Amino acid sequence: MSDHPHEETGSGRTTSPYAARIRAIEALLLEKGVLTEPEVQDSISYMEARSPANGAKLVARAWVNPEFKELLLSDGKVAASELGMAPEHPAEFIVVDNTPEVHNLIVCTLCSCYPRAILGRPPDWYKSFEYRSRAVREPRTVMREFGFEPPEGAEVVVHDSTADVRYMVLPMRPPDTEDLSEKELAELVTRDSLVGVNVPRSPSRTSPG
Amino acid sequence: MTFEPGDRVRVVPSEKPGHVRTPGYVKGKAGWVESLIGAFPSPEDRAYGLSGLPERPLYKVGFRQTDLWKDYRGPAEDCLYADIYEHWLEPERGTT
Repeated sequence: MSDHPHEETGSGRTTSPYAARIRAIEALLLEKGVLTEPEVQDSISYMEARSPANGAKLVARAWVNPEFKELLLSDGKVAASELGMAPEHPAEFIVVDNTPEVHNLIVCTLCSCYPRAILGRPPDWYKSFEYRSRAVREPRTVMREFGFEPPEGAEVVVHDSTADVRYMVLPMRPPDTEDLSEKELAELVTRDSLVGVNVPRSPSRTSPG
Repeated sequence: MTFEPGDRVRVVPSEKPGHVRTPGYVKGKAGWVESLIGAFPSPEDRAYGLSGLPERPLYKVGFRQTDLWKDYRGPAEDCLYADIYEHWLEPERGTT
């Protein structure tokens, strides 16, 4: 069938039964006129225009601007709009704040709810049965498997996105970043840190955390 | 029934079939109302092409992890929030 560059897998080809099924459904919907090819392309463009870089921008701005941080935590949609993002998705967008006392973790046990209007498509592991089932009952073990040791003395708080809210974590600013620009700060913010399975890169490291 | 932040609540242990937004692991569990998120058309009805109206209040409900899982191995302070529609909540009565 047609090539679909939006569907990335490690091998560069999508051969899973789910992918085959969705291609078949897509073909049927097009054939029966339920969807048009431009609509499919618009939908792909919509998702591809969104990425964790949006979340990183929000976080970096919050790190350098306390007023923006307050807005981001009190009304995530308005804050996102201020930076030119259009979170038109009907769901609520709530940002939760990591502190020395609280480390937040986001999951959707029922399906794969994720702030797509801001961050684009969730990573495959976020949708996996394993992450969805284990993040709620052994969050600390899950974080360790991502290479992150939850801070001693901090409470781990899991947010299960069961309904009409999409969550994002505002991670803590890494130490020794006083001299970095907002743009450089944004480069430290990883997708994993926006879900809470890890923390941002530290400036001394160059590889993704 | 309307709940206020701080109210102790229990999730109704209903086995309502079909599309529900209350995960099984919180059914029957007690926790507290953290906040009222807002009111939304019920996704349980919208899943079947209905309007979901009237809108239902949606609460952020907190649970102690040690109340959810008897073998939870983290600190007693660890907690979990789930977003629960009002019709899935009742005032907590009796002991956990």
